[in-house]
Amino acid sequence: MSAAKADEPSTRVVDRAQYALAAFLAVVGAYVLYDAATLSAGFSDQVLSPAAFPYVVGGALVVLAVLLAVVTARGDVPEAEAGEDVDLTEGADWLTVAKLVGVFVVNIVLIDLLSWAITGALLFAGCTWVLGSRTHVRDLAIGAVMSVGTWYGFYVGLGIPIPAGILDGVL
Amino acid sequence: MDMLLDGFATALTPINLLYACIGVLLGTSVGVLPGIGPAMTVALLLPVTYNVSPEGALIMFAGIYYGGMYGGSTTSILLNTPGESSSVITAIEGNKMAKAGRAAQALATAAIGSFVAGTIGTVLLVALAPSVADWVVNLGAPSYFAIMLLALVAVTAVLGDSKLRGFISLALGLSIGLVGTSTGQPRLTFGNSLLADGIDIVVVAVAIFAIGEALWVAAHLRRRPLEITPVGRPWMGRADWSRSWRPWLRGTAYGFPFGALPAGGAEMPTFLSYITERRLSKHPEEFGHGAIEGVAGPEAANNASAAGTMVPLLALGLPTTATAAVILASMQSYGLQPGPGLFDNEPELVWGLLASLFVANTLLLVLNLPLAPVWAKLLRTPRPYLYAGILFFASLGAYSVNFQWFDLLVLLAFGLLGLAMRRFALPVLPLIIGVILGPQLEYQLGQALQLSEGDWTTLLSEPVAVVAYVVIALIVLVPLVARLRGGGTDPLEKELDDLEKEVRP
Repeated sequence: MSAAKADEPSTRVVDRAQYALAAFLAVVGAYVLYDAATLSAGFSDQVLSPAAFPYVVGGALVVLAVLLAVVTARGDVPEAEAGEDVDLTEGADWLTVAKLVGVFVVNIVLIDLLSWAITGALLFAGCTWVLGSRTHVRDLAIGAVMSVGTWYGFYVGLGIPIPAGILDGVL
Repeated sequence: MDMLLDGFATALTPINLLYACIGVLLGTSVGVLPGIGPAMTVALLLPVTYNVSPEGALIMFAGIYYGGMYGGSTTSILLNTPGESSSVITAIEGNKMAKAGRAAQALATAAIGSFVAGTIGTVLLVALAPSVADWVVNLGAPSYFAIMLLALVAVTAVLGDSKLRGFISLALGLSIGLVGTSTGQPRLTFGNSLLADGIDIVVVAVAIFAIGEALWVAAHLRRRPLEITPVGRPWMGRADWSRSWRPWLRGTAYGFPFGALPAGGAEMPTFLSYITERRLSKHPEEFGHGAIEGVAGPEAANNASAAGTMVPLLALGLPTTATAAVILASMQSYGLQPGPGLFDNEPELVWGLLASLFVANTLLLVLNLPLAPVWAKLLRTPRPYLYAGILFFASLGAYSVNFQWFDLLVLLAFGLLGLAMRRFALPVLPLIIGVILGPQLEYQLGQALQLSEGDWTTLLSEPVAVVAYVVIALIVLVPLVARLRGGGTDPLEKELDDLEKEVRP
């Protein structure tokens, strides 16, 4: 063991973030097990207890979490997913992701009040801005056309009454 | 045969023909567009199922599936960056051909090969699916349980590089499937009544495919623009035809059975087809520099496998690819349960769908040859608009399920999970299939035990079930044994490994 270590001290990379994933799996698994334990026995005609499946799944999650932690410690590194627009040669830009999540949360908070016809436009324009577009007026205009268009598409085209929020009576 | 003719009567009504056209066009354009695959498109379109007839929606989805398979090849030929794993192989020779000024021939052999393979595949599907359904209809709950378990294990263990990551993904999917009150008691609902009906599969699928992908791309957005090879109208010369037709047929022969198997997928047959063509070619020196056989075979294989996938989907209700999984979810939202009963209960729908596959295939050929330059232009869509558009339509799709902000919150949460899965290389397919099949697995097990009054040996009471368990054991044990022996890997596997290394530098 020690000989191998001496040979390649610097080549072993441990992806520490993967421990966080393992911890997440363990927490989910533990909660599934806890939730299963709180279930009361099934109806008398239920041969398969409602808790049986959760016990299996929760247990599997905990075991998998342990296995993941072990392989991580042994130097297992995930091969991140490639794609046409994905450039893996540079580090991840988590700030952009955080901004997108922010735009998303704004949409969630405002949608009941302002309705999709408005927040949809903001969502689109906000995302284009975060992703590097600098033509704000045009982006907002495109967003507005899309959100109002889809609103009417649902209301008139598909016959689904999509809430109008503050624009009730206007649209 | 009469049934199929009735099916054509359904498929060729103007409205259904329109849906087929929309599906094929949408499918091809999203196949071409980076970042969006057919599974994501069908997921984004699930809301239309609330108002479109089941025939129309399924015909459109089938068109998207076939179109997406074809569109992916355009991207891999014109850019050297395949979007779907099934077109990785096409990129090797296809992009080399494009760089050598033979993009038109590469696109033509891909389009015509897809048509040939898709048509043969659909003929096989029409011939096989009803008899498989007839056979399956006699199976009891123990067999169903075993077959579903086989599908889950196979999809998880056979596809992808890391079995551990596959099973992690599967377990997460099964946990999501537990949420709700299907057993009479709330499970994993956190006391929230909005979760009582479970987490809508539409929201999960859209989040994992669309939001996860958009966020992942945002984190790694390419700063340099991609090089796109300009292209004219696809055409082929006499020599190209004579070098293409055999690879098309061989590719079809690989693709269809792999698609039809519970763990098929399109990657394996495209790899096999490429290797075969390289061995059999009279121009082996051209491989690696743009050999047309290396485009013709794999493209035929991936379209034939799309047709094959419909066999287990329609006859058993088992999805084996991400797109098939989402199509299954759409059928469930109509209250249709795919499986043997479907052929008896909904003959018009099933045969209409089968007939529309022929229609979609023909449309693809007619549309794609002249439209290739237009598809190439799509590749220049500004990325901020593309990904903002994906996030926009994903939000709309999830919101339209119930018009509750809560669904958007769930969407965001699972979108972040999708992002993490891409970061940690967790495969998406086992999770989606786990969400869909998990509850059914539990239901079938419950049924089996109910009938046997709690006797667990009932699970081995049907021969089909026993066979399924044996296959599961083989899938799990054979690689283990091979690894223990060390170096005992077979030459095919080694060749696949080498090829993978060539493809992914």
